[in-house]
Amino acid sequence: MTLALDTTPRVRRTRVLPGFRLTLGITLAWLSAIVLIPMIALVSRAAGVGFDGLIATATDPRVLASFRITFGASLIAAAINLVFGSLLAWALVRWRFPGRRLLDGFVDLPFALPTAVAGIALTTLWAKHGLLGSIAEAQGWRVAFAPPGIAIALVFIGLPFVVRTVQPVLEELEPELEEAAALLGASRLQTIGRVVLPELIPALLTGFTLAFARAVGEYGSVIFIAGNRPGQTEIVPLLIVTKLEQYDYAGAAALAVLMLAVSFVMLLAINLLQTWATRRHAR
Amino acid sequence: MRAERPSLVDPWPLRIIAGLLIFAFVALFLALPLWTLFAQAFAKGTEAYLRAIDEPAAWSAIKLTLTVAAIAVPLNVVFGLAASWAIAKFQFRGKQLLTTLIDLPFSISPVISGLVFVLLFGLQGWLGPWLRAHDIQVIFALPGIVLATVLVTFPFVARELIPVMEAQGTQEEEAARLLGASGWQTFRRVTLPNVKWGLLYGVLLCNARAMGEFGAVSVVSGHVRGRTNTMPLHVEILYNEYNLTAAFAVASLLALLALATLAAKAALEWRGRTEIAS
Repeated sequence: MTLALDTTPRVRRTRVLPGFRLTLGITLAWLSAIVLIPMIALVSRAAGVGFDGLIATATDPRVLASFRITFGASLIAAAINLVFGSLLAWALVRWRFPGRRLLDGFVDLPFALPTAVAGIALTTLWAKHGLLGSIAEAQGWRVAFAPPGIAIALVFIGLPFVVRTVQPVLEELEPELEEAAALLGASRLQTIGRVVLPELIPALLTGFTLAFARAVGEYGSVIFIAGNRPGQTEIVPLLIVTKLEQYDYAGAAALAVLMLAVSFVMLLAINLLQTWATRRHAR
Repeated sequence: MRAERPSLVDPWPLRIIAGLLIFAFVALFLALPLWTLFAQAFAKGTEAYLRAIDEPAAWSAIKLTLTVAAIAVPLNVVFGLAASWAIAKFQFRGKQLLTTLIDLPFSISPVISGLVFVLLFGLQGWLGPWLRAHDIQVIFALPGIVLATVLVTFPFVARELIPVMEAQGTQEEEAARLLGASGWQTFRRVTLPNVKWGLLYGVLLCNARAMGEFGAVSVVSGHVRGRTNTMPLHVEILYNEYNLTAAFAVASLLALLALATLAAKAALEWRGRTEIAS
Protein backbone atom coordinates (compact mmCIF):
# COMPACT_ATOMS: atom_id res chain seq x y z
CA MET A 1 0.00 0.00 0.00
CA THR A 2 2.64 2.50 1.00
CA LEU A 3 4.77 1.30 -1.88
CA ALA A 4 2.07 2.07 -4.41
CA LEU A 5 1.52 5.51 -2.94
CA ASP A 6 5.18 6.12 -3.01
CA THR A 7 5.93 5.31 -6.62
CA THR A 8 3.05 6.49 -8.77
CA PRO A 9 3.06 10.24 -8.09
CA ARG A 10 6.79 10.52 -8.62
CA VAL A 11 6.57 9.16 -12.16
CA ARG A 12 3.85 11.64 -13.08
CA ARG A 13 5.53 14.57 -11.41
CA THR A 14 8.52 14.65 -13.70
CA ARG A 15 6.28 14.98 -16.74
CA VAL A 16 4.23 18.03 -15.70
CA LEU A 17 6.63 20.31 -17.51
CA PRO A 18 6.85 19.83 -21.27
CA GLY A 19 9.76 20.04 -23.62
CA PHE A 20 12.25 17.71 -21.98
CA ARG A 21 12.84 15.64 -25.09
CA LEU A 22 12.85 18.65 -27.39
CA THR A 23 15.31 20.71 -25.37
CA LEU A 24 17.58 17.79 -24.51
CA GLY A 25 17.48 16.83 -28.21
CA ILE A 26 18.52 20.34 -29.30
CA THR A 27 21.23 20.39 -26.64
CA LEU A 28 22.70 17.03 -27.60
CA ALA A 29 22.51 17.71 -31.35
CA TRP A 30 24.18 21.12 -31.04
CA LEU A 31 26.78 19.82 -28.58
CA SER A 32 27.63 16.97 -30.96
CA ALA A 33 27.84 19.18 -34.04
CA ILE A 34 29.92 21.96 -32.50
CA VAL A 35 31.98 20.24 -29.81
CA LEU A 36 31.96 16.45 -29.87
CA ILE A 37 32.35 15.61 -33.58
CA PRO A 38 35.14 18.18 -34.10
CA MET A 39 36.93 16.81 -31.01
CA ILE A 40 36.58 13.26 -32.34
CA ALA A 41 38.02 14.41 -35.67
CA LEU A 42 40.96 15.90 -33.77
CA VAL A 43 41.64 12.80 -31.67
CA SER A 44 41.32 10.43 -34.63
CA ARG A 45 43.70 12.56 -36.70
CA ALA A 46 46.19 12.50 -33.85
CA ALA A 47 45.68 8.74 -33.47
CA GLY A 48 46.69 8.45 -37.13
CA VAL A 49 50.29 9.18 -36.19
CA GLY A 50 50.22 6.26 -33.73
CA PHE A 51 51.57 6.04 -30.21
CA ASP A 52 55.18 6.16 -31.38
CA GLY A 53 54.42 9.20 -33.49
CA LEU A 54 52.86 10.93 -30.50
CA ILE A 55 55.94 10.19 -28.40
CA ALA A 56 58.18 11.39 -31.22
CA THR A 57 56.18 14.64 -31.43
CA ALA A 58 56.30 15.13 -27.68
CA THR A 59 60.05 14.60 -27.44
CA ASP A 60 61.04 16.77 -30.40
CA PRO A 61 63.46 19.40 -29.00
CA ARG A 62 61.49 22.34 -30.46
CA VAL A 63 58.24 20.97 -29.00
CA LEU A 64 59.86 20.30 -25.62
CA ALA A 65 61.26 23.83 -25.54
CA SER A 66 57.84 25.29 -26.36
CA PHE A 67 56.19 23.22 -23.63
CA ARG A 68 58.84 24.40 -21.19
CA ILE A 69 58.33 28.08 -21.99
CA THR A 70 54.52 27.78 -22.08
CA PHE A 71 54.22 25.98 -18.75
CA GLY A 72 57.03 27.92 -17.10
CA ALA A 73 55.61 31.32 -18.00
CA SER A 74 52.08 30.17 -17.11
CA LEU A 75 53.22 28.95 -13.68
CA ILE A 76 55.01 32.22 -12.92
CA ALA A 77 52.04 34.27 -14.14
CA ALA A 78 49.55 32.21 -12.13
CA ALA A 79 51.73 32.57 -9.01
CA ILE A 80 51.89 36.37 -9.44
CA ASN A 81 48.12 36.41 -9.93
CA LEU A 82 47.65 34.27 -6.84
CA VAL A 83 49.41 36.84 -4.66
CA PHE A 84 48.07 40.06 -6.17
CA GLY A 85 44.67 38.63 -7.07
CA SER A 86 43.97 37.59 -3.49
CA LEU A 87 45.24 40.94 -2.16
CA LEU A 88 42.89 42.65 -4.60
CA ALA A 89 39.98 40.42 -3.60
CA TRP A 90 40.70 41.16 0.06
CA ALA A 91 40.69 44.91 -0.54
CA LEU A 92 37.50 44.75 -2.61
CA VAL A 93 35.63 42.77 0.05
CA ARG A 94 37.03 44.18 3.28
CA TRP A 95 38.00 47.75 2.65
CA ARG A 96 35.79 50.74 1.89
CA PHE A 97 37.50 53.31 -0.32
CA PRO A 98 36.41 55.70 -3.04
CA GLY A 99 36.41 54.06 -6.45
CA ARG A 100 35.94 50.58 -5.02
CA ARG A 101 32.98 49.77 -7.29
CA LEU A 102 34.87 51.09 -10.31
CA LEU A 103 37.87 48.92 -9.46
CA ASP A 104 35.59 45.94 -8.94
CA GLY A 105 34.22 46.32 -12.47
CA PHE A 106 37.67 47.09 -13.89
CA VAL A 107 39.03 43.73 -12.69
CA ASP A 108 37.04 42.04 -15.47
CA LEU A 109 38.79 44.08 -18.18
CA PRO A 110 40.99 41.15 -19.26
CA PHE A 111 37.82 39.06 -19.74
CA ALA A 112 36.20 41.69 -21.93
CA LEU A 113 39.15 43.09 -23.86
CA PRO A 114 39.96 41.10 -27.02
CA THR A 115 43.27 39.30 -26.60
CA ALA A 116 44.84 40.81 -29.72
CA VAL A 117 44.06 44.31 -28.45
CA ALA A 118 45.64 43.50 -25.09
CA GLY A 119 48.60 42.01 -26.95
CA ILE A 120 49.46 45.10 -28.99
CA ALA A 121 48.90 47.44 -26.03
CA LEU A 122 51.19 45.43 -23.74
CA THR A 123 53.83 45.10 -26.45
CA THR A 124 53.89 48.85 -27.12
CA LEU A 125 54.05 49.55 -23.40
CA TRP A 126 56.95 47.16 -22.76
CA ALA A 127 58.89 47.52 -26.04
CA LYS A 128 62.34 49.13 -25.98
CA HIS A 129 60.99 52.63 -26.56
CA GLY A 130 57.74 52.11 -24.69
CA LEU A 131 56.78 53.87 -21.47
CA LEU A 132 57.72 50.96 -19.17
CA GLY A 133 60.04 49.17 -21.60
CA SER A 134 62.46 52.12 -21.67
CA ILE A 135 62.65 52.09 -17.85
CA ALA A 136 63.29 48.35 -17.82
CA GLU A 137 65.86 48.69 -20.62
CA ALA A 138 67.75 51.28 -18.57
CA GLN A 139 68.05 48.66 -15.82
CA GLY A 140 69.30 46.18 -18.40
CA TRP A 141 66.11 44.10 -18.42
CA ARG A 142 64.63 42.84 -21.63
CA VAL A 143 60.85 42.45 -21.29
CA ALA A 144 59.14 42.52 -24.69
CA PHE A 145 60.26 39.85 -27.17
CA ALA A 146 61.69 37.83 -24.26
CA PRO A 147 60.27 35.35 -21.71
CA PRO A 148 59.30 38.06 -19.14
CA GLY A 149 57.01 39.59 -21.78
CA ILE A 150 55.16 36.30 -22.13
CA ALA A 151 54.64 36.15 -18.38
CA ILE A 152 53.35 39.75 -18.33
CA ALA A 153 50.73 39.02 -21.00
CA LEU A 154 49.67 35.90 -19.06
CA VAL A 155 49.39 37.85 -15.80
CA PHE A 156 47.06 40.26 -17.59
CA ILE A 157 44.70 37.60 -18.93
CA GLY A 158 44.72 35.44 -15.77
CA LEU A 159 44.03 38.12 -13.15
CA PRO A 160 40.19 37.96 -13.05
CA PHE A 161 40.21 34.20 -12.43
CA VAL A 162 41.89 34.47 -9.03
CA VAL A 163 39.95 37.57 -7.94
CA ARG A 164 36.59 36.16 -8.99
CA THR A 165 37.09 32.80 -7.24
CA VAL A 166 38.47 34.22 -3.98
CA GLN A 167 36.05 37.17 -3.71
CA PRO A 168 32.78 35.22 -3.11
CA VAL A 169 34.44 32.96 -0.52
CA LEU A 170 35.74 35.99 1.37
CA GLU A 171 32.27 37.53 1.28
CA GLU A 172 30.77 34.35 2.77
CA LEU A 173 33.40 34.06 5.48
CA GLU A 174 31.84 34.39 8.92
CA PRO A 175 33.29 37.42 10.74
CA GLU A 176 32.73 35.71 14.11
CA LEU A 177 35.71 33.46 13.42
CA GLU A 178 38.07 36.39 13.16
CA GLU A 179 36.47 38.15 16.12
CA ALA A 180 36.95 35.06 18.25
CA ALA A 181 40.61 34.91 17.23
CA ALA A 182 41.05 38.59 18.05
CA LEU A 183 39.34 38.17 21.44
CA LEU A 184 41.60 35.22 22.21
CA GLY A 185 44.56 37.54 21.77
CA ALA A 186 45.73 36.87 18.22
CA SER A 187 47.24 39.78 16.33
CA ARG A 188 45.62 40.78 13.04
CA LEU A 189 48.39 39.13 11.00
CA GLN A 190 48.10 35.95 13.07
CA THR A 191 44.34 35.92 12.51
CA ILE A 192 44.76 36.32 8.76
CA GLY A 193 47.51 33.72 8.57
CA ARG A 194 46.02 31.09 10.90
CA VAL A 195 42.26 31.61 10.61
CA VAL A 196 41.41 33.27 7.29
CA LEU A 197 44.04 31.77 5.02
CA PRO A 198 43.24 28.09 5.76
CA GLU A 199 39.58 28.81 4.92
CA LEU A 200 40.64 30.31 1.60
CA ILE A 201 43.00 27.56 0.47
CA PRO A 202 40.52 25.68 -1.78
CA ALA A 203 39.46 28.93 -3.48
CA LEU A 204 43.07 30.04 -3.87
CA LEU A 205 44.05 26.74 -5.44
CA THR A 206 41.04 26.78 -7.76
CA GLY A 207 41.79 30.35 -8.85
CA PHE A 208 45.44 29.48 -9.40
CA THR A 209 44.54 26.43 -11.49
CA LEU A 210 41.99 28.36 -13.58
CA ALA A 211 44.48 31.14 -14.27
CA PHE A 212 47.16 28.57 -15.10
CA ALA A 213 44.87 26.59 -17.42
CA ARG A 214 43.84 29.74 -19.26
CA ALA A 215 47.46 30.87 -19.56
CA VAL A 216 48.61 27.57 -21.09
CA GLY A 217 46.13 27.87 -23.96
CA GLU A 218 46.49 31.62 -24.50
CA TYR A 219 47.48 32.76 -27.97
CA GLY A 220 46.28 36.25 -28.97
CA SER A 221 47.90 38.37 -26.29
CA VAL A 222 51.16 36.41 -26.21
CA ILE A 223 52.19 36.22 -29.87
CA PHE A 224 52.68 39.98 -30.18
CA ILE A 225 54.92 40.36 -27.13
CA ALA A 226 56.74 37.02 -27.29
CA GLY A 227 59.04 37.56 -30.24
CA ASN A 228 58.29 33.95 -31.28
CA ARG A 229 61.84 32.66 -31.70
CA PRO A 230 61.73 28.85 -32.04
CA GLY A 231 63.14 27.12 -28.97
CA GLN A 232 63.26 30.34 -26.94
CA THR A 233 60.03 32.32 -26.96
CA GLU A 234 57.75 30.09 -29.01
CA ILE A 235 54.61 28.96 -27.15
CA VAL A 236 52.79 25.68 -27.86
CA PRO A 237 49.64 27.24 -29.43
CA LEU A 238 51.87 29.15 -31.86
CA LEU A 239 53.71 25.94 -32.74
CA ILE A 240 50.33 24.35 -33.56
CA VAL A 241 49.54 27.25 -35.90
CA THR A 242 52.98 26.97 -37.49
CA LYS A 243 52.51 23.26 -38.14
CA LEU A 244 49.09 23.96 -39.61
CA GLU A 245 50.52 26.60 -41.93
CA GLN A 246 53.03 24.00 -43.15
CA TYR A 247 50.08 21.65 -43.84
CA ASP A 248 51.38 19.25 -41.16
CA TYR A 249 47.84 18.46 -40.02
CA ALA A 250 48.83 15.27 -38.16
CA GLY A 251 51.61 17.06 -36.27
CA ALA A 252 49.28 19.91 -35.30
CA ALA A 253 46.62 17.43 -34.16
CA ALA A 254 49.15 15.45 -32.11
CA LEU A 255 50.33 18.60 -30.34
CA ALA A 256 46.74 19.68 -29.74
CA VAL A 257 45.89 16.32 -28.17
CA LEU A 258 48.91 16.56 -25.89
CA MET A 259 47.69 19.99 -24.77
CA LEU A 260 44.14 18.69 -24.33
CA ALA A 261 45.42 15.87 -22.13
CA VAL A 262 47.11 18.44 -19.90
CA SER A 263 43.95 20.62 -19.80
CA PHE A 264 41.88 17.57 -18.95
CA VAL A 265 44.09 16.71 -16.00
CA MET A 266 43.80 20.30 -14.77
CA LEU A 267 40.02 20.29 -15.19
CA LEU A 268 39.92 17.12 -13.11
CA ALA A 269 42.08 18.77 -10.48
CA ILE A 270 39.68 21.74 -10.32
CA ASN A 271 36.70 19.43 -9.87
CA LEU A 272 38.45 17.47 -7.12
CA LEU A 273 39.39 20.73 -5.41
CA GLN A 274 35.80 21.86 -5.47
CA THR A 275 34.53 18.58 -4.04
CA TRP A 276 37.17 18.87 -1.34
CA ALA A 277 36.08 22.44 -0.60
CA THR A 278 32.38 21.55 -0.28
CA ARG A 279 33.22 18.62 1.94
CA ARG A 280 35.35 20.81 4.19
CA HIS A 281 32.48 23.23 4.42
CA ALA A 282 29.99 20.54 5.29
CA ARG A 283 32.20 19.25 8.07
CA MET B 1 28.70 46.61 7.80
CA ARG B 2 31.74 44.46 8.24
CA ALA B 3 34.11 47.39 8.29
CA GLU B 4 32.36 48.61 11.43
CA ARG B 5 33.41 45.55 13.41
CA PRO B 6 36.54 46.79 15.17
CA SER B 7 38.37 43.47 15.35
CA LEU B 8 38.03 43.01 11.58
CA VAL B 9 39.73 46.27 10.65
CA ASP B 10 43.21 45.73 9.26
CA PRO B 11 45.88 47.83 11.04
CA TRP B 12 47.10 50.88 9.11
CA PRO B 13 50.65 49.72 8.28
CA LEU B 14 49.19 46.58 6.74
CA ARG B 15 46.67 48.59 4.77
CA ILE B 16 49.27 51.00 3.45
CA ILE B 17 51.69 48.28 2.30
CA ALA B 18 48.96 46.14 0.74
CA GLY B 19 47.27 49.21 -0.75
CA LEU B 20 50.47 50.37 -2.43
CA LEU B 21 51.12 46.90 -3.83
CA ILE B 22 47.58 46.72 -5.21
CA PHE B 23 47.84 50.22 -6.67
CA ALA B 24 51.11 49.42 -8.41
CA PHE B 25 49.76 46.15 -9.75
CA VAL B 26 46.53 47.65 -11.09
CA ALA B 27 48.40 50.58 -12.64
CA LEU B 28 50.98 48.32 -14.28
CA PHE B 29 48.72 45.58 -15.55
CA LEU B 30 45.32 47.19 -16.12
CA ALA B 31 45.42 50.99 -16.27
CA LEU B 32 48.61 51.59 -18.26
CA PRO B 33 47.80 49.09 -21.05
CA LEU B 34 44.37 50.70 -21.48
CA TRP B 35 45.89 54.16 -21.45
CA THR B 36 48.54 53.12 -24.02
CA LEU B 37 45.78 51.87 -26.28
CA PHE B 38 43.95 55.19 -26.51
CA ALA B 39 47.13 57.30 -26.39
CA GLN B 40 48.52 55.45 -29.41
CA ALA B 41 45.22 55.62 -31.28
CA PHE B 42 45.09 59.41 -30.94
CA ALA B 43 48.87 59.95 -31.13
CA LYS B 44 48.57 61.64 -34.54
CA GLY B 45 45.38 63.52 -33.79
CA THR B 46 41.70 62.94 -34.23
CA GLU B 47 41.84 63.32 -38.00
CA ALA B 48 44.38 60.51 -38.44
CA TYR B 49 42.27 58.41 -36.08
CA LEU B 50 39.11 58.89 -38.12
CA ARG B 51 40.97 58.35 -41.39
CA ALA B 52 42.31 55.03 -40.09
CA ILE B 53 38.80 53.80 -39.36
CA ASP B 54 37.08 55.27 -42.41
CA GLU B 55 38.84 53.03 -44.89
CA PRO B 56 37.43 50.14 -47.00
CA ALA B 57 39.43 47.33 -45.35
CA ALA B 58 38.48 48.57 -41.88
CA TRP B 59 34.81 48.86 -42.84
CA SER B 60 34.73 45.36 -44.29
CA ALA B 61 36.36 44.04 -41.10
CA ILE B 62 33.75 45.82 -38.99
CA LYS B 63 30.97 44.45 -41.18
CA LEU B 64 32.32 40.91 -41.01
CA THR B 65 32.69 41.08 -37.23
CA LEU B 66 29.09 42.29 -36.85
CA THR B 67 27.84 39.59 -39.24
CA VAL B 68 29.67 36.81 -37.39
CA ALA B 69 28.33 37.99 -34.02
CA ALA B 70 24.83 38.37 -35.45
CA ILE B 71 24.86 34.70 -36.49
CA ALA B 72 26.84 33.13 -33.64
CA VAL B 73 25.17 34.85 -30.68
CA PRO B 74 21.52 33.94 -31.54
CA LEU B 75 22.60 30.33 -32.22
CA ASN B 76 24.14 30.12 -28.77
CA VAL B 77 21.11 31.81 -27.20
CA VAL B 78 18.79 29.13 -28.62
CA PHE B 79 21.20 26.45 -27.47
CA GLY B 80 21.65 28.07 -24.06
CA LEU B 81 17.90 28.28 -23.44
CA ALA B 82 17.35 24.67 -24.52
CA ALA B 83 20.27 23.34 -22.48
CA SER B 84 19.38 25.25 -19.32
CA TRP B 85 15.70 24.19 -19.58
CA ALA B 86 16.65 20.52 -19.88
CA ILE B 87 19.35 20.66 -17.20
CA ALA B 88 17.66 22.91 -14.63
CA LYS B 89 14.07 21.70 -14.84
CA PHE B 90 14.50 17.93 -15.15
CA GLN B 91 16.36 15.13 -13.41
CA PHE B 92 18.14 12.65 -15.64
CA ARG B 93 21.16 10.45 -15.68
CA GLY B 94 24.38 11.86 -17.07
CA LYS B 95 23.46 15.45 -16.17
CA GLN B 96 26.84 16.07 -14.56
CA LEU B 97 28.64 14.77 -17.63
CA LEU B 98 26.50 16.97 -19.89
CA THR B 99 27.31 20.07 -17.82
CA THR B 100 31.02 19.25 -17.95
CA LEU B 101 30.87 18.79 -21.73
CA ILE B 102 29.11 22.15 -22.14
CA ASP B 103 31.93 23.80 -20.15
CA LEU B 104 34.60 22.02 -22.18
CA PRO B 105 35.21 24.84 -24.74
CA PHE B 106 36.31 27.12 -21.87
CA SER B 107 39.28 24.93 -21.12
CA ILE B 108 40.43 24.45 -24.70
CA SER B 109 43.05 26.69 -26.28
CA PRO B 110 41.38 28.96 -28.88
CA VAL B 111 43.90 27.71 -31.41
CA ILE B 112 42.58 24.17 -30.95
CA SER B 113 39.00 25.45 -31.35
CA GLY B 114 39.99 26.65 -34.81
CA LEU B 115 42.15 23.63 -35.63
CA VAL B 116 39.33 21.11 -35.16
CA PHE B 117 37.33 22.74 -37.97
CA VAL B 118 40.33 22.78 -40.28
CA LEU B 119 40.70 19.04 -39.62
CA LEU B 120 37.01 18.53 -40.47
CA PHE B 121 36.50 20.89 -43.39
CA GLY B 122 40.01 21.72 -44.64
CA LEU B 123 41.35 20.39 -47.93
CA GLN B 124 42.97 17.39 -46.21
CA GLY B 125 40.11 17.16 -43.72
CA TRP B 126 37.38 14.53 -43.34
CA LEU B 127 34.86 16.40 -45.45
CA GLY B 128 37.39 18.35 -47.51
CA PRO B 129 37.19 16.33 -50.77
CA TRP B 130 33.38 16.24 -50.71
CA LEU B 131 33.13 19.99 -50.06
CA ARG B 132 35.60 20.66 -52.86
CA ALA B 133 33.62 18.46 -55.28
CA HIS B 134 30.49 20.45 -54.48
CA ASP B 135 32.32 23.76 -54.57
CA ILE B 136 31.44 24.71 -50.97
CA GLN B 137 33.98 26.67 -49.00
CA VAL B 138 33.91 26.44 -45.22
CA ILE B 139 37.49 27.08 -44.15
CA PHE B 140 38.92 30.48 -45.16
CA ALA B 141 35.33 31.70 -45.51
CA LEU B 142 32.42 32.96 -43.44
CA PRO B 143 31.03 29.53 -42.37
CA GLY B 144 34.37 28.51 -40.85
CA ILE B 145 34.69 31.80 -38.96
CA VAL B 146 31.15 31.43 -37.63
CA LEU B 147 31.74 27.80 -36.56
CA ALA B 148 34.94 28.66 -34.71
CA THR B 149 33.22 31.60 -33.00
CA VAL B 150 30.25 29.44 -31.98
CA LEU B 151 32.59 26.84 -30.45
CA VAL B 152 34.58 29.44 -28.51
CA THR B 153 31.44 31.16 -27.14
CA PHE B 154 29.51 27.90 -26.69
CA PRO B 155 29.17 27.81 -22.86
CA PHE B 156 28.49 31.53 -22.17
CA VAL B 157 24.67 31.70 -22.30
CA ALA B 158 23.99 28.21 -20.92
CA ARG B 159 26.40 28.79 -18.05
CA GLU B 160 24.67 31.98 -16.91
CA LEU B 161 21.18 30.54 -17.30
CA ILE B 162 21.54 27.13 -15.60
CA PRO B 163 22.09 28.47 -12.04
CA VAL B 164 19.34 31.10 -12.44
CA MET B 165 16.82 28.52 -13.65
CA GLU B 166 17.86 26.04 -10.98
CA ALA B 167 17.43 28.62 -8.23
CA GLN B 168 14.00 29.43 -9.54
CA GLY B 169 12.76 25.83 -9.33
CA THR B 170 9.82 24.36 -11.21
CA GLN B 171 6.80 25.29 -9.08
CA GLU B 172 5.77 28.39 -11.00
CA GLU B 173 5.92 26.56 -14.32
CA GLU B 174 4.00 23.61 -12.89
CA ALA B 175 1.29 25.97 -11.63
CA ALA B 176 1.04 27.62 -15.05
CA ARG B 177 0.71 24.22 -16.71
CA LEU B 178 -1.96 23.07 -14.28
CA LEU B 179 -3.89 26.29 -14.92
CA GLY B 180 -3.97 25.34 -18.59
CA ALA B 181 -1.10 27.24 -20.18
CA SER B 182 0.59 25.55 -23.14
CA GLY B 183 4.26 24.68 -22.94
CA TRP B 184 5.27 27.65 -25.08
CA GLN B 185 3.03 30.03 -23.07
CA THR B 186 4.57 28.76 -19.83
CA PHE B 187 8.04 29.39 -21.16
CA ARG B 188 7.28 32.84 -22.59
CA ARG B 189 5.13 34.21 -19.75
CA VAL B 190 6.64 32.52 -16.68
CA THR B 191 10.20 31.32 -17.31
CA LEU B 192 11.50 34.03 -19.62
CA PRO B 193 10.56 37.02 -17.39
CA ASN B 194 12.23 35.24 -14.47
CA VAL B 195 15.52 34.65 -16.24
CA LYS B 196 15.70 37.73 -18.46
CA TRP B 197 18.56 39.44 -16.60
CA GLY B 198 20.61 36.27 -16.50
CA LEU B 199 19.96 35.82 -20.20
CA LEU B 200 20.99 39.39 -20.99
CA TYR B 201 24.15 38.92 -18.94
CA GLY B 202 25.03 35.77 -20.88
CA VAL B 203 24.31 37.46 -24.22
CA LEU B 204 26.58 40.39 -23.30
CA LEU B 205 29.54 38.17 -22.40
CA CYS B 206 28.92 35.93 -25.42
CA ASN B 207 28.80 38.92 -27.75
CA ALA B 208 31.96 40.50 -26.35
CA ARG B 209 33.87 37.28 -26.87
CA ALA B 210 32.34 36.65 -30.31
CA MET B 211 33.43 40.07 -31.57
CA GLY B 212 36.85 39.92 -29.96
CA GLU B 213 37.89 36.31 -30.63
CA PHE B 214 41.32 36.12 -32.19
CA GLY B 215 43.05 32.72 -31.94
CA ALA B 216 40.30 30.43 -33.20
CA VAL B 217 39.23 32.81 -35.97
CA SER B 218 42.81 33.41 -37.00
CA VAL B 219 43.30 29.69 -37.68
CA VAL B 220 40.21 29.31 -39.91
CA SER B 221 40.10 32.71 -41.60
CA GLY B 222 43.00 32.66 -44.05
CA HIS B 223 43.46 36.43 -43.52
CA VAL B 224 42.07 37.56 -46.88
CA ARG B 225 42.08 41.33 -46.61
CA GLY B 226 38.65 42.86 -47.19
CA ARG B 227 37.03 39.41 -47.23
CA THR B 228 37.78 37.16 -44.27
CA ASN B 229 39.38 39.63 -41.87
CA THR B 230 37.47 40.29 -38.68
CA MET B 231 38.35 43.36 -36.60
CA PRO B 232 40.90 41.61 -34.34
CA LEU B 233 42.60 40.08 -37.40
CA HIS B 234 42.62 43.47 -39.12
CA VAL B 235 44.32 44.92 -36.03
CA GLU B 236 47.00 42.23 -36.27
CA ILE B 237 47.70 42.92 -39.95
CA LEU B 238 47.92 46.69 -39.46
CA TYR B 239 50.21 46.18 -36.46
CA ASN B 240 52.50 43.84 -38.36
CA GLU B 241 52.69 46.42 -41.18
CA TYR B 242 53.90 48.96 -38.56
CA ASN B 243 50.79 51.03 -39.21
CA LEU B 244 50.46 51.66 -35.49
CA THR B 245 47.97 54.53 -35.54
CA ALA B 246 45.53 52.55 -37.67
CA ALA B 247 46.05 49.35 -35.65
CA PHE B 248 45.35 51.15 -32.37
CA ALA B 249 42.45 53.08 -33.87
CA VAL B 250 40.63 49.88 -34.83
CA ALA B 251 41.72 48.31 -31.53
CA SER B 252 40.23 51.27 -29.65
CA LEU B 253 36.83 50.45 -31.16
CA LEU B 254 37.12 46.95 -29.72
CA ALA B 255 38.27 48.42 -26.40
CA LEU B 256 35.19 50.68 -26.35
CA LEU B 257 33.05 47.61 -26.89
CA ALA B 258 34.82 45.93 -23.96
CA LEU B 259 34.29 48.97 -21.71
CA ALA B 260 30.61 49.18 -22.70
CA THR B 261 30.25 45.48 -21.89
CA LEU B 262 31.83 46.01 -18.47
CA ALA B 263 29.54 48.99 -17.75
CA ALA B 264 26.43 47.04 -18.77
CA LYS B 265 27.60 44.09 -16.70
CA ALA B 266 28.05 46.29 -13.62
CA ALA B 267 24.61 47.82 -14.18
CA LEU B 268 23.05 44.36 -14.43
CA GLU B 269 24.81 43.16 -11.28
CA TRP B 270 23.67 46.25 -9.40
CA ARG B 271 20.13 45.69 -10.61
CA GLY B 272 20.26 42.06 -9.51
CA ARG B 273 21.43 43.09 -6.05
CA THR B 274 18.72 45.70 -5.55
CA GLU B 275 16.07 43.29 -6.77
CA ILE B 276 17.14 40.72 -4.21
CA ALA B 277 17.26 43.39 -1.50
CA SER B 278 13.73 44.67 -2.19
